[in-house]
Amino acid sequence: MTTFLRKTHPTTSRLFTTALLGAAVMGASAQTFAQEDDPIKVGILHSLSGTMAISETVLKDTVEMLIEQQNEAGGLLGREIEPVVVDPASDWPLFAERARELLEQEEVDVIFGNWTSVSRKSVLPVVEELNGLLFYPVQYEGEESSENVFYTGAAPNQQAIPAVNYLHDLVGVERWVLAGTDYVYPRTTNRILEAYLKEEFGVADEDIMVNYTPFGHSDWQNIVSEIGRFGSEGKKTAVVSTVNGDANVPFYRELGNQGIDAADIPVVAFSVGEQELTGIDTGPLVGHLAAWNYFMSVDTDANYDFIDAWLEHTGEDDAVTNDPMEAHYIGFNMWVEAVQKAGTTDVDAVKDAIIGVTVPNLSGGSAAMMPNHHITKPVMIGEIQDNGQFAVVWQTPSTVAGDAWSDYLPGSRDLISDWRKPMECGNYNVAENRCMGSDAEEALAED
Amino acid sequence: MWIPCYAVTTRIVTCLLMGLLSWLPMTAAAQQQDGQALLEALDTRSFDDKAAAIDAIIESEQSRADVWLQALLDSDLQRLKDDGRFVIALETAGLDVTIEDALTGEAMGEVSRRDLDRLTINNALRSQLRSAISLVELYNGDEDARLDAAEGLIGDVEEAQVEPLTNRLDEEPSAAVRNRLNQALAVYRLNQGDVDAVEVLAGSLNSNIRVALSRAAQSDDPLVVDAATAALADIEQNLKINRAAETLYFGLSMGSVLVLAAIGLAITFGVMGVINMAHGELIMLGAYTTWAMQQLLPGQPGLALILAIPAGFMVSALAGVAIERGVIQFLKGRPLETLLATFGVSLILQQLVRTVISPQNRTVITPEWMSGSLVVNDALSLTLNRMYVLGFALVVFAALILVMRRTRLGLEVRAVTQNRAMARSMGIRATRVDIMTFALGSGVAGLAGVALSQLTNVGPNLGQNYIIDSFMVVVFGGVGNLWGTLVAGMSLGIINQVLEPWAGAVLAKIIVLVFIILFIQKRPRGLFPQKGRAAEG
Repeated sequence: MTTFLRKTHPTTSRLFTTALLGAAVMGASAQTFAQEDDPIKVGILHSLSGTMAISETVLKDTVEMLIEQQNEAGGLLGREIEPVVVDPASDWPLFAERARELLEQEEVDVIFGNWTSVSRKSVLPVVEELNGLLFYPVQYEGEESSENVFYTGAAPNQQAIPAVNYLHDLVGVERWVLAGTDYVYPRTTNRILEAYLKEEFGVADEDIMVNYTPFGHSDWQNIVSEIGRFGSEGKKTAVVSTVNGDANVPFYRELGNQGIDAADIPVVAFSVGEQELTGIDTGPLVGHLAAWNYFMSVDTDANYDFIDAWLEHTGEDDAVTNDPMEAHYIGFNMWVEAVQKAGTTDVDAVKDAIIGVTVPNLSGGSAAMMPNHHITKPVMIGEIQDNGQFAVVWQTPSTVAGDAWSDYLPGSRDLISDWRKPMECGNYNVAENRCMGSDAEEALAED
Repeated sequence: MWIPCYAVTTRIVTCLLMGLLSWLPMTAAAQQQDGQALLEALDTRSFDDKAAAIDAIIESEQSRADVWLQALLDSDLQRLKDDGRFVIALETAGLDVTIEDALTGEAMGEVSRRDLDRLTINNALRSQLRSAISLVELYNGDEDARLDAAEGLIGDVEEAQVEPLTNRLDEEPSAAVRNRLNQALAVYRLNQGDVDAVEVLAGSLNSNIRVALSRAAQSDDPLVVDAATAALADIEQNLKINRAAETLYFGLSMGSVLVLAAIGLAITFGVMGVINMAHGELIMLGAYTTWAMQQLLPGQPGLALILAIPAGFMVSALAGVAIERGVIQFLKGRPLETLLATFGVSLILQQLVRTVISPQNRTVITPEWMSGSLVVNDALSLTLNRMYVLGFALVVFAALILVMRRTRLGLEVRAVTQNRAMARSMGIRATRVDIMTFALGSGVAGLAGVALSQLTNVGPNLGQNYIIDSFMVVVFGGVGNLWGTLVAGMSLGIINQVLEPWAGAVLAKIIVLVFIILFIQKRPRGLFPQKGRAAEG
């Protein structure tokens, strides 16, 4: 059908009939065509106030920058792109309301947004009901695959598992501290990791210490001293940290002050990036690790161009870039490409067209959209440097495809996700040969 | 001077010093050629190859080897992309880097960081470099460096090192360093099955020694097992005492934070009876003042921090006056409306900071003299920044008590809160006293902000994390009683830290909250209720 459109000679009347024909065939509403000259609307759903503003504001700026760049390059399908920014104010139910507002009133063609898993879970029913598109740019716990959501951040097998492998194989770690903030992402990730450590490396129960702290925890004295004791029993110990957001600054300060050195007990973090380190003096933290799919220090021309554009956009010389920003960069370009491929911004057409789309990432490779709505990413381990940046010390030889359902949890082991026809299912059970639909959550909850 | 050479780690065979001091006279050109080759070997992706290259540099007779190793450790050793020359980054300003030639030390001006390739190292290489450098320092460093080097050897001594270390023992002037060297050698002997070594190690709290002893306690020789088990039991006992002392310190330190955050509220809420939900944001303003002072005085974080104490007090006090004049005075005697209005003010202040400054956290630098910790013994060290905050909290508390007890303002405040009408008829300007009291309470919140900037994030949400805790402390201590606030803050801190190790941080918080609710049921007026006629006011 798209080839048919392309072959048509560009005389006005024929173009019009073709368009009408195309519209009829694709089942797109007449309204879409009434807006031919109107801008394409892109919704941005990131908190600009409240606790999460610290992380999410830069993502809003990133999408705005990407839209500006696209418009300078001639827009999309010959139309201008217009950002529609709303502020869900770090309030989870408000995320759902704002998403509804974007889809129903503003009639946006796509939404880029969310940071925390709980906010994504709150938006999920809305985008599914109203058949919207959501690009979610943050690493998350997996165990989810929605027809309307594209996960451009890392699934656990693209971050947590490779990081643990690195520590075990190359650093020789035998004792593990799993420290996290008390909410769904750390709890699920730690459950996967605990199962993985026991299954793959035969780690004993007494060699795993699990610790949860509330959001914004600021008094880390006791926990850090306990980690120090746990790590001084003669076996090489590492901390796997899923501590989120603000709580990291006092955590790292306490590590530095109590003299826990990265050479003795390295801390590998999944939620600490360049942005989080801007609040800390990194001198005492040199050598602690983070696992991501992108670091600002990556040495490629694409990355330098991105950084230059970002510095210019923010007008700050010391602005930093981070992994979720790269995820938006990839997600935005994938969407643009899919829209061009489909020749329309119609949600169903874009959804079909985007699977298999490959765009360059910022680390010199490329990212492809998989049938399970996750993307391929390289996994990198970086060590903190004294200038607040990470130096990459290890990297997967090739990219890793995101796995929506973990292979290490009993309930999700048999599930796969494939949104291509004819399966079109986000949680197909290969053992029972059926699509679980909404049963999947209940089945998982029983475990 | 003859310097012994021995292996520090399995990799390092010859010691660095010998290489440095006795290098054979070579022509400068040959030196540079070799140097280039040695550095070339470092430019590889494999960290194992890098480790070998570092060993080669240590064994080489290059005059600048020590400079390279230090630069590599500091991630300053880089390579120019176009001509492949090795350079050392001296200073980074924005996107530009000032460099010098690594081989000759000749200054090369500024280049863009795009033109440079950094030679990265990982933790393993970092340890390798550090032990090479610290080994040199065991011989020619100052006392602290020698002590660190000797301590690093505990559990790491190898056969080839025993003799040179024993020789070093005779030359070492410092008793502390000798003690460490003795222990290091004793651990080696213990690992060889020497039962006499236990005597040297007994009573030491060093974790490497403990590990060595517990390994010995599981060996085959019954003599060694008995001696090691006895020594371990003794150490465990000693560790318990140290752990208790540590928990007490943690509790006092957490308590001091609670007291600092709550003490301003004890005045505005406790003494004046105003429920000020924007109290947390006044703390935040104090913290941002510290940041602003450090921006104004770049390179002098310590001085900026000290100047931030009066500045933070003034900024928050003025903000407090504005809130009192702008909102609270119109809502006198209507606590619910005051609560809602000040809550609104707190949201406005937060968003103001977000829009005007940034939603991101700001970096407040900890001055050198506040970082690190005071080492009491191997098992107990007290973090310095928290010790300063503890001291600061006590000083602020004492000053406030003095103001309330010994000054005219304090007298007037007490008079107005006890009986407003009577005080006015005695010629006290009650409105003026209101303003001054509120300014004092707010200013103290600003001081808390200055102190907290050294412990936690400086961001728009800073205040929110402390407002609930502050009210909790004031209510628990007894409204209107400054001593109550001190005792309540400290005891809540200690209870929390005692509970935390076995209940976890989340549960500990819940238990403390439940405890306070039950306590308030039993004694509604808190720990130290006000007595007499003032209580009815």
